[in-house]
Amino acid sequence: MTINVNPAQASEPVFYLVDEHDHAEGGSTMLGFWIYLMSDCLIFAMLFATYGVLGGNYAAGPAPKDLFDLPLVAVNTSMLLLSSITYGFAMLSMERSRIAATQFWLAITGLFGLAFVGIELSEFHHMIHEGATPQRSAFLSSFFTLVGTHGLHVSFGLVWLTTLMVQVWRHGLIEANKRRLMCLSMFWHFLDVVWIGVFTFVYLLGMLR
Amino acid sequence: MSVEIHSVHAAHGHGDMAHGEISLSGYLTGFILSVILTAVPFYLVMTGVLGDKKSTALVITAFAAVQIVVHMIFFLHMNTSSEGGWTMMALIFTIIMVMIAMTGSLWVMHHLNVNMMPTHEMGRMQ
Repeated sequence: MTINVNPAQASEPVFYLVDEHDHAEGGSTMLGFWIYLMSDCLIFAMLFATYGVLGGNYAAGPAPKDLFDLPLVAVNTSMLLLSSITYGFAMLSMERSRIAATQFWLAITGLFGLAFVGIELSEFHHMIHEGATPQRSAFLSSFFTLVGTHGLHVSFGLVWLTTLMVQVWRHGLIEANKRRLMCLSMFWHFLDVVWIGVFTFVYLLGMLR
Repeated sequence: MSVEIHSVHAAHGHGDMAHGEISLSGYLTGFILSVILTAVPFYLVMTGVLGDKKSTALVITAFAAVQIVVHMIFFLHMNTSSEGGWTMMALIFTIIMVMIAMTGSLWVMHHLNVNMMPTHEMGRMQ
């Protein structure tokens, strides 16, 4: 791989590599997926910035204090946090090549994720029922866009999780499935990181406004 | 140049995908830390023990920043050496972009709001 330019043999300089060095299959997947996550991070940054700008424009409508139910948000946060640790247990089981344990922890993770989406949907339903729809004010538009985008990510993560459980069930913990599970692990933990921003800047700081 | 090529090769050589060093103790440490870092801000806001809103806001923002770092280290297994340092480079680049976009937007729009004539004054002028 290193271009060995020995002065004695330097009569014919080598400017290119003759052989393509071998890439292990999926060797660049993790870096590529990380770069995808970073671009996703930029999407969320834009939505946070939009919320930061518009979050105080209530248009004489309801303010965060009238709408948010902090104990419910705390429950929701714990759901996501618990799903993060159970996904970690799934990864540890995967490392030890224990299929049943991996599937069990993946299922638990899925249930916590489902609970998170369920609680969020019921919260949205409650808000819309009270007339706090996305059309009501700039605050609510940016709120529903930011929190809804996060919820959508979690929902797609659940679809992905289910798909991978079927894959593991059918093919076992082969290299490709391990790689996919590691990608989903990064995706899942990344969503938890975004949620830290959501509960801090939207819910907690919203209640302080 | 050759150093970089070597490090890429080293990463290729590993059977695990460079995010290898996961352990039960790491996950549990991260979990316990993030439970504390989540519970304290909720407690501060729900009870209002600090009294002053501005200091509460500062404290919970600091807690969020620390918790994000905890998640990055213990759950996302970030370090300076994985993938030959390129994940860290991508992260640093993203953080710079996010900072520029966030502070820029908030700063500009805040000034726009401040310099805008209040609506009731406009009404009186007519």
